[in-house]
Amino acid sequence: MFYREAGDFKTSYRADSQTFPIRLDRMGYFAALIVAYAVVPFFIDDYWANAVFVPFLIYAIAAIGLNILVGYAGQVSLGTGGFMAVGAYAVYKLMTTFPEVPFFFHVILAGGVTAFVGVLFGLPSLRIKGFYLAVATLAAQFFLVWLFNKVPWFYNYSASGQITAPDRTMFGIYITGAQTSAVAKYLFCLVILTLVALMARNLTRGTVGRKWMAIRDMDIAAEIIGVNPLSAKVTAFAVSSFFIGIAGALLFSVYLGAAEVGESFGINKSFLVLFMVIIGGLGSIFGSFAGAAFLVLLPVFLKNVLVGALGWPTDVAAHLELMIVGALIVIFLIVEPHGLAQLWRIAKEKLRLWPFPH
Amino acid sequence: MKKSFAALAAAALVATAAPALADLTVPNLSYRTGSYAANGIPYADGFADYFTLLNERDGGIGGEMVAVPECETAYNTEKGVECYEGTKGQAALAYNPLSTGITYQLIPKVTADHHVLYTPGYGRTSAANGSVFEWVFNYPANYWDGASVAVKYLLDQSGGDLSGKKIALVYHNSAYGKEPIRTLEELAKKHGFELSLLPVDPPGQEQKSQWLQIRRDKPDYVLMWGWGVMNQVAIQEAVNIRFPMENFIGVWWSGSENDVGPAGDKAMGYKSISFHGVGDEFPIYADLKQYVFDPGKAAGAGDNLGNVLYSRGMYAAMIISEAIRTAQEMAGHSAVTPEEVREGFENLNLTQERLTELGLPGFAQEIHATCADHGGPGSAMILQWDSSTKKWSAVSDWITSDADVLDPLIAEDSAAFAAESGITPRCN
Repeated sequence: MFYREAGDFKTSYRADSQTFPIRLDRMGYFAALIVAYAVVPFFIDDYWANAVFVPFLIYAIAAIGLNILVGYAGQVSLGTGGFMAVGAYAVYKLMTTFPEVPFFFHVILAGGVTAFVGVLFGLPSLRIKGFYLAVATLAAQFFLVWLFNKVPWFYNYSASGQITAPDRTMFGIYITGAQTSAVAKYLFCLVILTLVALMARNLTRGTVGRKWMAIRDMDIAAEIIGVNPLSAKVTAFAVSSFFIGIAGALLFSVYLGAAEVGESFGINKSFLVLFMVIIGGLGSIFGSFAGAAFLVLLPVFLKNVLVGALGWPTDVAAHLELMIVGALIVIFLIVEPHGLAQLWRIAKEKLRLWPFPH
Repeated sequence: MKKSFAALAAAALVATAAPALADLTVPNLSYRTGSYAANGIPYADGFADYFTLLNERDGGIGGEMVAVPECETAYNTEKGVECYEGTKGQAALAYNPLSTGITYQLIPKVTADHHVLYTPGYGRTSAANGSVFEWVFNYPANYWDGASVAVKYLLDQSGGDLSGKKIALVYHNSAYGKEPIRTLEELAKKHGFELSLLPVDPPGQEQKSQWLQIRRDKPDYVLMWGWGVMNQVAIQEAVNIRFPMENFIGVWWSGSENDVGPAGDKAMGYKSISFHGVGDEFPIYADLKQYVFDPGKAAGAGDNLGNVLYSRGMYAAMIISEAIRTAQEMAGHSAVTPEEVREGFENLNLTQERLTELGLPGFAQEIHATCADHGGPGSAMILQWDSSTKKWSAVSDWITSDADVLDPLIAEDSAAFAAESGITPRCN
């Protein structure tokens, strides 16, 4: 009744092919942006920023990046943690070597470095597919973690092998370091996430994205109709790693402030981001947000309910939390293998017909 | 209308802030799950039980009850940050995260937010320099002290000369395990022994290749910087290659009952460093039994009484409570703020007489902290495991670390931190 395309006339191609063709969707999108930019910053405190919003925003960037590779281009990757580490160490080296350059550019450059590394490790994808490619990217994960542990140049020869983000400001406001306010952290990540999401959305519905999807659906057919697999796969790896590198750079510099490669960017991180993509929905930008929200918010929520509200012992709560999250993942995959994005899609389909489905 | 809304908001703020101010809050950032749980549980129990004892027996510290909210970190830095952010609003007086990784993250945060970070025997070694690390304390001993004490003990064992000997370091490949390397390299130069480094990737269930290398190289001594499941595996592997246990020394985090247990009788003679006494013969255990265990108020399963890590958790709690007590005496009131507690830590004067009063005679070394000295005496002793009686016993007296080697290293590392974060050293 309210949610419908009837009566929403388009008079130009531009209007016809916009991201949100239905007016209510469009209004929802702008409302979400207004809430995110103009309402949340007034209410956010350190706990909400550091436990909920900042990790959610950063993991959403990583999930969008991985979704491009796995969901759109169909190339399975288990190297996300390693690529995030590349972003983190790149931003660390840039921050300490060129302290006068604005931090924003360091983050973008770190993404660029990661894109380059991603392309290197993506080259084998021209010859190997499926599980074999997954194993090759797994090798990238272990190799990169080993490299950052082994070569002291990457961590500026610090005694402990830890990298610590120095204080950096933008327009006189701290973005990294301990003096950063919750609002600054949140807004900085939010701006980058918005840029990334817009870029990803527009890439995936243009030529590049269509090439990726052609390769994903059937690579031989795609090649026959004139899609160059080299450029399609390499661009997928480059764009995906670019976003993942940005996420890694933010995770280290804005969120954690100090990191150690094995602990922060281990294989667990690769699986976490992959779960986000699978639970959220492969091949969907909205799915990346939903998956990141699910896996970041649920443990924090459960912990606060079980320990904070019910007063259970922390170890029981922690174990129960693992069980509940695990069970929910299995249930989701059985009930809706296409993820939260598909649930959202079905809900919208039903809403269009509501209240007269016949 | 506007005014009444503001009044309401203010009232709500006061209402939420008030209960937090009633108690002295010392959060317990513990881990009872994950691959480090075997070591995290006894420590967390000891920490919580000591404060429970103070609350039950003395009515808290200086008449103020102590609240010890527990937060599970699973030794994970991201969860550690969440725990810190979640508890810092309750005017937390001191943090003791029992993780070097989390410590590194918290050092800049506590410095900005003004909370004490107390890291006995772990964390960033150069925090011993109080003129740079205003809010961080790591007395009584740090990793570099541990490395130096181990080498001094080995010197003593081999008749004062280590030249030409081979010492292998098996370490947790993380910030924690890498800490002693710098010191050991300096000591290798000074004493002429050959140091070989064998990193074990966390969590450390897989160590076959490292121990094969030890079997091939035949080092005279093996030192270990391990934690969690890595300790048990390493001791088992050492048994498997028949490495002489008395030449195998773990740092204080690699010497608990849980670590030697799985290797059974074969672990006989394994040594570890410790900066406090162990066992349940101290008079305080009578009180613990009366006020905490018998009424069923013990933390966790209550089965860790007197073991090494329980004692260490208790040690940390004892130091924090003594610092709070000192702060109360200095401030002249009992509801102390984090700033006042920092003063208490900095002026802590822990004597043997005081330890005897606390029911812990000879449990630890004296501490006389100053503005510049946040590192304490830096001495430790060597314990040896007897698998027939299932007990640790001291095989050395207190050994003091080699300040000639350590002091320049600490000065260098803390100066680097000061330059990095723009801190002007104080205490002049």
